[in-house]
Amino acid sequence: MKKSESFRGLLAIPYAIFLVLFVILPLVVVIYYAFTNGDGQVSFANFIHFWQSTKTIGTLLYSVAIAVLTTIVCLILGYPVAYVLAKGSFTNSQALLMIFVLPMWINFTLRITAMKEILTVLEGNLAYHPFMNTIICMVYDFLPFMIMPLYNALTKLDDSMIEAAQDLGATRTQVFYKVIIPLSVPGIISGITMVFLPSMTNYVVLDMVYNSTYIMGSLIGSYFSSYDWHNGSVISIILLVMILVVTLISNRFTAPEEQRKARV
Amino acid sequence: MKKFIQYAWLWMVVIFLYAPIMILVVYSFTDSTMIGSIRNFSLQNYVTLFTTPELLAMIGGTISLALGVAVLSTLLGTVGAVGAFYSKKAGKTFIELSNQIPVVNADVVTGFSVCILMIAIFKIDKETFIPLVVGQTALCAPFVYLSVLPRLKQMDQQLYEAALDLGCTPAQALRKVVLPQILPGILSGFMTAITLSLDDYFISTYTKPATFDTISTYVVNATRGSQTEIKTALWALSTVIFVIVVIAVLIMNKMPQKEEK
Repeated sequence: MKKSESFRGLLAIPYAIFLVLFVILPLVVVIYYAFTNGDGQVSFANFIHFWQSTKTIGTLLYSVAIAVLTTIVCLILGYPVAYVLAKGSFTNSQALLMIFVLPMWINFTLRITAMKEILTVLEGNLAYHPFMNTIICMVYDFLPFMIMPLYNALTKLDDSMIEAAQDLGATRTQVFYKVIIPLSVPGIISGITMVFLPSMTNYVVLDMVYNSTYIMGSLIGSYFSSYDWHNGSVISIILLVMILVVTLISNRFTAPEEQRKARV
Repeated sequence: MKKFIQYAWLWMVVIFLYAPIMILVVYSFTDSTMIGSIRNFSLQNYVTLFTTPELLAMIGGTISLALGVAVLSTLLGTVGAVGAFYSKKAGKTFIELSNQIPVVNADVVTGFSVCILMIAIFKIDKETFIPLVVGQTALCAPFVYLSVLPRLKQMDQQLYEAALDLGCTPAQALRKVVLPQILPGILSGFMTAITLSLDDYFISTYTKPATFDTISTYVVNATRGSQTEIKTALWALSTVIFVIVVIAVLIMNKMPQKEEK
């Protein structure tokens, strides 16, 4: 009996080794490079440089602007879709959902190419509206990733909650703002995490629509091409910290939900 | 009226999502080199797509890479999930937390960090394909793990013990009792790994050999160039991929219905 337990536990070893070597170790190396200079001495110069240079701070702000706007547009477009699919009177909403998430399985560079061709026809020259085109392509790329978690959260939402609110005299708008929106917060948060971080780093989209302004991802790309691993690592660390913060926030929002389920 | 607004919104989003692809699909069957100009029906783009050695090599390379990475990720992720599920708490927590890193991390950071590890620390040449395969596997295996784990939790835990009592060795019990029950999770993990690898740009671009291209890296380079023949052949490629994805989704949608009957 005991032998069989240890046998099954042993199966974890190859994967644990793989994770240590190729997931943990790369991060250790990045941390090492971020806090050392070319001579291998401990140094915070790279970080200080990042926070003092107007160019890099500008890049950070520009990426945040793109990410915030992309996320908001995705939410505005996606929430009604998820809501109608989940709570509307469709007999097979799961199949309908497929229509909205299917594009995410088509290679994103090909999809962006398609959108770029359309925008070229509509605008004549992509160079006139680099910021707007970036947002359109980002939304086009990430919208399915917003709709999916929203749909999942809304289908789980108990209809009796809505009915109870209506019975107690809430108007349609009150039900929406006081019952449906608060109960779909886990879905909203997980949709935001799916869209916000990728749109801060996916610099290929900007490249493809000829937007030459940098976002955080482009900084890594350009430091990488010039073999500047120290500064590239600094950007990676900053992104990692942001990812950690976002993940912790989203865990805080989803944790009570999980606990509630466990108690029932 | 409310219904009307709802449908209008759904249709608007559907058009936003599909119009660009559909227009490329239509234009891929013409000899036009630009969207908007009206030209004649032609299959030239498909001929170019399937006869240009460079394009064929790129497509073949992408598919082989995706299959290789998916097989590797599925093996690692599945065995890892089974192992972690039956491990002591400390080991389980460690695997669970590290497994989460590539899932939430930005692909740029994953690609960049794996690249410096491979090049600067391990001194492995990118031309060996090892950095590329390892990098993509580090991205995909955690997703396989995540799709297998729920199946293990749902499983009736006593079946394994019963198999042992009836004379199975632990290995036999795993293969004949546990494996069939977690198979759907393994398959969906495998599919996720394939789609992640096919869609990946960032890890590939940081870790691939100089002369090797995946669809993503190739398309990004092609949009910088001005070779119209290649550009329109990529419209044909988009069409082919679109059709394959639609068929795959239709098949997947049919499957659970069959099970219910």
